[in-house]
Amino acid sequence: MSAITTGRAVAAASRPRKSKLGWNLLGLLVFLAAGFPVYWMLNTAFKPAKDAIDPDPSVLPTGFTLSNFSRALDIADFWGPVGRSLVVSLTVVVIGIVVGMLAALAISRFAFRGRKIVIVGILAVQMVPLVAMIIPVFLLLNDLGQYDKLSGLIITYLTFILPFTVWTLRGFIVNIPKELEEAAMVDGCSRTGAFIRVVFPLLAPGMVATSVYGFIQAWNEYLYALMLLSQENQTATVWLGNFTTKHGTEYAPMMAGATMMAVPIVVLFLLVQRKMAAGLTAGAVKG
Amino acid sequence: MSAADTTTPAKVPPPRQAPPPPAAPNRPRRGRTSGGAATPWLLLAPCLAILALVMGYPLVRLVTLSFQKFGQSQLWGFQPAESVGFDNFTNVLSDSEFWQVVVRTIVFAAGCVIFTMVAGMLIALLLQRVSGWVKTLVNIALVASWGMPIIVATTVFKWLFDADYGILNALLSKLPGVDLIGHNWFASGPQGLAVIMLLVVWGAVPFVVITLSAGLTQVPAELEEAARLDGAGAWGVFRYVTLPILKPIVVMLTTLSVIWDMGVFPQVFVMRNGHPEQEFQLLTTYSYDRAFVVNDYAQGSAIALITVVLLLGVVAVYMRQMLKIGEVE
Repeated sequence: MSAITTGRAVAAASRPRKSKLGWNLLGLLVFLAAGFPVYWMLNTAFKPAKDAIDPDPSVLPTGFTLSNFSRALDIADFWGPVGRSLVVSLTVVVIGIVVGMLAALAISRFAFRGRKIVIVGILAVQMVPLVAMIIPVFLLLNDLGQYDKLSGLIITYLTFILPFTVWTLRGFIVNIPKELEEAAMVDGCSRTGAFIRVVFPLLAPGMVATSVYGFIQAWNEYLYALMLLSQENQTATVWLGNFTTKHGTEYAPMMAGATMMAVPIVVLFLLVQRKMAAGLTAGAVKG
Repeated sequence: MSAADTTTPAKVPPPRQAPPPPAAPNRPRRGRTSGGAATPWLLLAPCLAILALVMGYPLVRLVTLSFQKFGQSQLWGFQPAESVGFDNFTNVLSDSEFWQVVVRTIVFAAGCVIFTMVAGMLIALLLQRVSGWVKTLVNIALVASWGMPIIVATTVFKWLFDADYGILNALLSKLPGVDLIGHNWFASGPQGLAVIMLLVVWGAVPFVVITLSAGLTQVPAELEEAARLDGAGAWGVFRYVTLPILKPIVVMLTTLSVIWDMGVFPQVFVMRNGHPEQEFQLLTTYSYDRAFVVNDYAQGSAIALITVVLLLGVVAVYMRQMLKIGEVE
């Protein structure tokens, strides 16, 4: 039914109200399909565990309980992995931003021989699939005595956080008009002064967005965390695997655990998403 | 590593040979910014040093490993790793299972990319036509699914598709003539991989939609209007006006998707509880399996290297596009 309406809508722009209805119905369908997994995670997390193993589950909420959450916290230590994830992600982001900022400045504000090669290199490095690197990284950390150490994981995470940070910060810097800096220098600022007083304040939102996004990436990483740390040092993403044992999977507590993992990250993501998307397209439109 | 530190300054000399007045002539726009020729390299040094250690060294090691014999005893240092030439590659390439995995990976990745791009484009176009509140709703759902950690999304899909208590089987069985109660989606490889493909597409579509939506706002309305006046239908306008303008973004998104979807790992790994069956092996899990389950690190590396080489062509297209977009300033 809606398909017919929508089909007609294309031709008949003269009837905007009627044509919108079809598109809106279609849009709502997309909303339901895209949102359902998230809804079902929350639904299962808050429903009584016995309702979760109903062969004919009700799509609507059947009750409200927090017992799945307490069960999730009981199954395996939750705060330890979360703490470790926080340490790793924050350290990686701080190193990434400081080192990445310097590099981004170099490739966006200086003319030097080899600049293009560096840019291509940093772009290319981002394209190497992480999975392909796991074997040599594992051997490297093994040789350095960094296996099963958070510091080892931090070094490893720089492989993807650092190129990402450089590239994204570069995008933000490029979009700050050089004339602003030059004006400040004409007015007597040193080069460093011009950067600190003029560029840095304009760059700050971009830096925050980049840090948050980098944090999310580091937080979500699974493979390296699984491979390079033992069970007792596991991070938050690996913790989620504890709900499946040889006796089966405890789905309701698992969804509670998934909710605890996802909600803070989705909120962080909501905060920076617009900024990141804007940065990406701003770069694209420049061409 | 000390080796890493020394590689970076080694690159410094060339710029120093050009002392005359700040390299203005070749790049007038930058004239003012070229302070000392060494400054940019100093700024880059820490970054390059770290990358040399964490990327450069492992990459080199990946190549050398794939030409060596490297198993448990070499890992523990009981035996030195000796070079075996192309043995690992000939072993891998003459293994029929490997070729099955290659074909499966390519079909899987192609499916993911095509569905992601088509669905992404359709939704982006749809969002232009819906009312404001619907657009907001869809955007909320998209950003929420985009922001979901992959591991969380995978566990949620595992639950949705659970054989006994999964909501999907229950809902589908309500349709007349369908009985999927107790149906195990992961009993067969193709079906299981289709579910995993759905998971990948679900996670990838939001990025595509949001990027394309931003791109669509750049398409001048007058152009579409003019095409319409000239008698173009909806498809004609899309094909000859909208798509050509969006082409750079579409190329970028497609190449990125190929690279990401060829690298799918956690989704398969977690869905299969850490032990993907033979029917579920993709190049990534296969390489992992060879290295860490069979303990043949050399062969695992050879497979990983083949994967990287397979991707090189796509990466080249992506890089050209990115440089075209990014280098113009």
